[in-house]
Amino acid sequence: MRRTFVILALLTFGLLTYALYEGLVAAPTEQTMGEVQRIFYYHVPSAITAFTLFLINFAVSIVYLARRSPRADALAVSTAEVGVVFCTVVLVTGPLWARPVWGIWWTWDARLTSTLLLWLIYVSYLILRRYSTSGQTPVIAAVLAVFGFLDVPFVYLANRLFRTQHPQPVYFGGPGSGADPRMTYALLMNMAAFFAFAALVVWLRFRLERARQDFEETQALESLIQPDVRSPR
Amino acid sequence: MKFLYAAYAATWVIHITYLTVLSRRFRRLRDEMQEFRKK
Amino acid sequence: MSMGAITRVSLAKDLRLEWRSKDAINSMVFFALLVVVIFSFSFDPTAEESRHIAGGIVWVAFLFAAVVALNQTWARELRNQVLDAYRVSPAPANSLFLSKALGNFIFVAVLEAVMTPLFMVFYNLRSIGPAYELAVVAVLATWALVVNGTFFAAMSIRTRSREVMLPLILFPISIPALLAMVSATTAILTGEGAFRFWMVLLAVYDVVFTTVCLLLFETVLHAE
Repeated sequence: MRRTFVILALLTFGLLTYALYEGLVAAPTEQTMGEVQRIFYYHVPSAITAFTLFLINFAVSIVYLARRSPRADALAVSTAEVGVVFCTVVLVTGPLWARPVWGIWWTWDARLTSTLLLWLIYVSYLILRRYSTSGQTPVIAAVLAVFGFLDVPFVYLANRLFRTQHPQPVYFGGPGSGADPRMTYALLMNMAAFFAFAALVVWLRFRLERARQDFEETQALESLIQPDVRSPR
Repeated sequence: MKFLYAAYAATWVIHITYLTVLSRRFRRLRDEMQEFRKK
Repeated sequence: MSMGAITRVSLAKDLRLEWRSKDAINSMVFFALLVVVIFSFSFDPTAEESRHIAGGIVWVAFLFAAVVALNQTWARELRNQVLDAYRVSPAPANSLFLSKALGNFIFVAVLEAVMTPLFMVFYNLRSIGPAYELAVVAVLATWALVVNGTFFAAMSIRTRSREVMLPLILFPISIPALLAMVSATTAILTGEGAFRFWMVLLAVYDVVFTTVCLLLFETVLHAE
């Protein structure tokens, strides 16, 4: 297990470096926005990764509700946490891209607002997990995860209509418009790299959660067998 | 452009911060397990 | 007893208890009033633009007031270990949920009925669109808040800082519905905007989340 992990980690690192080169150097410079547009190669893959992780969280939460398997729960919390991390990256790189291009840090446009709402939903999920005192936290959390993900289409629909009613900065649609194949290639490379990276981090978080689950179970068993170890003989 | 480097740097700062948090949690769990085994 | 009968009986009991104490209603009305007054400090309520903002303020006020009602939804049941009794009884869990949700709906609806004339006075509002549309928005919007709110109130029973946890998990998920209800109301008050789209969105939201609540309430009841 350990060796596989190291090999995969090295592969991922290699992929990330290659993708970085492709995005930063090899891909051609965009005409209208200039060099800043290269943020796109980090911003978009992060968004897609975050969304995929939340999708997995949804599926795994349903599995948990059906089977009550601890592994499902461990995967649920892992994908949610790593998803929030990637979502944070999107919310930070977005304004850093917007500022030089449109002159403003933040704009309540459809995509950025939807991402912010996604972030809020899953942060609230994580907070519920942390503050719950119930013994059945995983069940409650799984239910909230279902609600949260079902909300996503509404978030996107509502924001799209709302924002098209107000003047907003136009996304110079990535270089997909008038697609230079080298740009698409750089984008795909970065997506693959970040997917691999996300998988790695989720795996780490998953192992941590499983270890903690096992430990807590051991502690519980111990206290059943030896109710009070402190009593003097 | 400064913003470009800031964005790339911020991305990795965020990821590395999370990985650091994870490693700290791993360490704490290991310490707790050692404490427990001593008893 | 059928599910409908149980729901009606539970609902009647809750309404009777509330009528005697008027706990929830009083605090809700006062809270909503406070929100309205405080918001009025941030802009001139009589100016022509207030028509565009009033929709948002009204629903924010109702939202915060609704949270007051939602937070005490299960308080009585908790105090008297009623939930345990429900878990053991053969009564369907959903009848408990529906009676609570309907009870909250009635409380918030009463609040809205009381506050709306006040709003119209404070902000000099007239609806440009037909007024019955406001009622339709109110029904759909209130149900959207109350159905999820009642459910999430049950989910947050066993959490630290329960009263904060409820809005914390409720608000993000409710935002699309809030957007819809505010936009629909503004569309009626100003006569512009895609009123129909927002109504359809609200209606679909209601259907989807009512279904999910009904499907999952039993799970949550047994998990507490």
